[in-house]
Amino acid sequence: MTEGDRVTRGTAVGRARSGATEERPGARAGAEADGKPGARAVAEAVTDPELPMLTLADLGVLREVTEDGDTVTVAITPTYTGCPALDTMRDDLVHALRQAGYGEVEVRTVLTPAWSSDWISPAGRRKLAAAGIAPPGKAPSHHREGGPVPLTLSLPSRHVHCPHCGSADTGLVSYFGATACRSLYSCCTCSEPFEHVKEI
Amino acid sequence: MSSDSVPDTNVYDAITEASDDARWAFGTGFSDPLAGIDTTVPDGVGGDDLAAYALMLGDDALIMSHRLQQWCTNAPELEDEVALANIGLDLLGQARLLLARAGAADGSGRDEDALAFHRAEHEFRNVRLAELENGDFGELITRLLVFSVWRLALLARLTGSRDTVLAALAAKGVKEVTYHRDYAAQWLIRLGDGTDFSRERAEAGLTEIWPYVAELFTPHVVEQRLAEAGAGVDPGALREEFDQVMGEVLAAAGLDRPDVAARAGVAARTGRDGVHTEAMGYLLAEMQSIARAHPGATW
Repeated sequence: MTEGDRVTRGTAVGRARSGATEERPGARAGAEADGKPGARAVAEAVTDPELPMLTLADLGVLREVTEDGDTVTVAITPTYTGCPALDTMRDDLVHALRQAGYGEVEVRTVLTPAWSSDWISPAGRRKLAAAGIAPPGKAPSHHREGGPVPLTLSLPSRHVHCPHCGSADTGLVSYFGATACRSLYSCCTCSEPFEHVKEI
Repeated sequence: MSSDSVPDTNVYDAITEASDDARWAFGTGFSDPLAGIDTTVPDGVGGDDLAAYALMLGDDALIMSHRLQQWCTNAPELEDEVALANIGLDLLGQARLLLARAGAADGSGRDEDALAFHRAEHEFRNVRLAELENGDFGELITRLLVFSVWRLALLARLTGSRDTVLAALAAKGVKEVTYHRDYAAQWLIRLGDGTDFSRERAEAGLTEIWPYVAELFTPHVVEQRLAEAGAGVDPGALREEFDQVMGEVLAAAGLDRPDVAARAGVAARTGRDGVHTEAMGYLLAEMQSIARAHPGATW
């Protein structure tokens, strides 16, 4: 790694930190006693590799950040079981925290409770919409106590608003999209295609 | 470009960086999917039994995922290409967790790669339905529907497992297999209620798949022991829900339930016992060839 690389990466972390401070003023409590940024603030500012407008905090995958001196333990949860972004998130977290001066970084997986798109923060929803991706509506309840999961034989009649023109007159093109978490829609008013984060 | 201009956009810096991470691309490094998760085997459950059970459910997902991956570049529409790849990816994710769970439970310490790529055919525990040679789109949709209806019923009950790892991955899997099932059901209705040709292909698919349905509900002794210990699901208990859901879809598609005999095993031994069809050897030869040619390779 070059010296220039190190300097720029440090700046990137600093930039992201200030962003996190704007979003969540209370998030950095207990930080910087020894000049290091708070581990939680650093972890929260790491962005999703596939949806880079969202931080891991916006996405709701960050479960816990515990700091003990030089050691940080981060707990994250997968969005989809097979999502290959999880490994990248793990590596990005380790990298960002090491850059911020933490010597030992452990990233643990938490499976329970399973991630839901309802955990995407209000700020995350605004960022998605600003990037042209329609944020998810309320997630369906999958597991009814004692009964089978209901079958959906017709296309769901969800009201997804076009992130470009705001129209509610939109249609599902493909439930499955470029990543596990996204569907493809098109707008009947402005004719633009757009992506929608699935409700899960 | 000089190295101090915009280093984060220079992929070569990231590759040559002195670190052991795999930040530069997806799929270049896999870490333990159960990192940091408590994998203690619950009281009253045998570690070997739990491992065998996790392999059964994991192999179902792994082998079905492989068959779906083989549809890449062969699907009739781009949207379905993406759908099948997504469903295959979800199942591969489930397989990774289940295989890792098996390696942790039996004390062998084998990781997901050792289990996926370095076991022989008779050590695979998947149901034969998953391994059958791919047919046409009608066959694919009927197989995916049967598989998803059965697996969703199973995972929904597995959420109550005394093994917290199985319970957690089942809760996640329920969300995913719900839309796998909906996708296949909606397609079967389109095929059954479409043209004469599409209807004929759906009927042919059902006839091909149905001999392997009975096996899905025939409990293996490991499944019975796990169910009695409160850690697994007795597949026999899934038949009623399966028949009800399949009946609903077939009625909407205007298709009849096929009247065909179940495909026998060898001396009553089938996929769960490691006795497979001819297609399995060819599947494994393809799936395992790279890993076996370059054992331990990373890239």
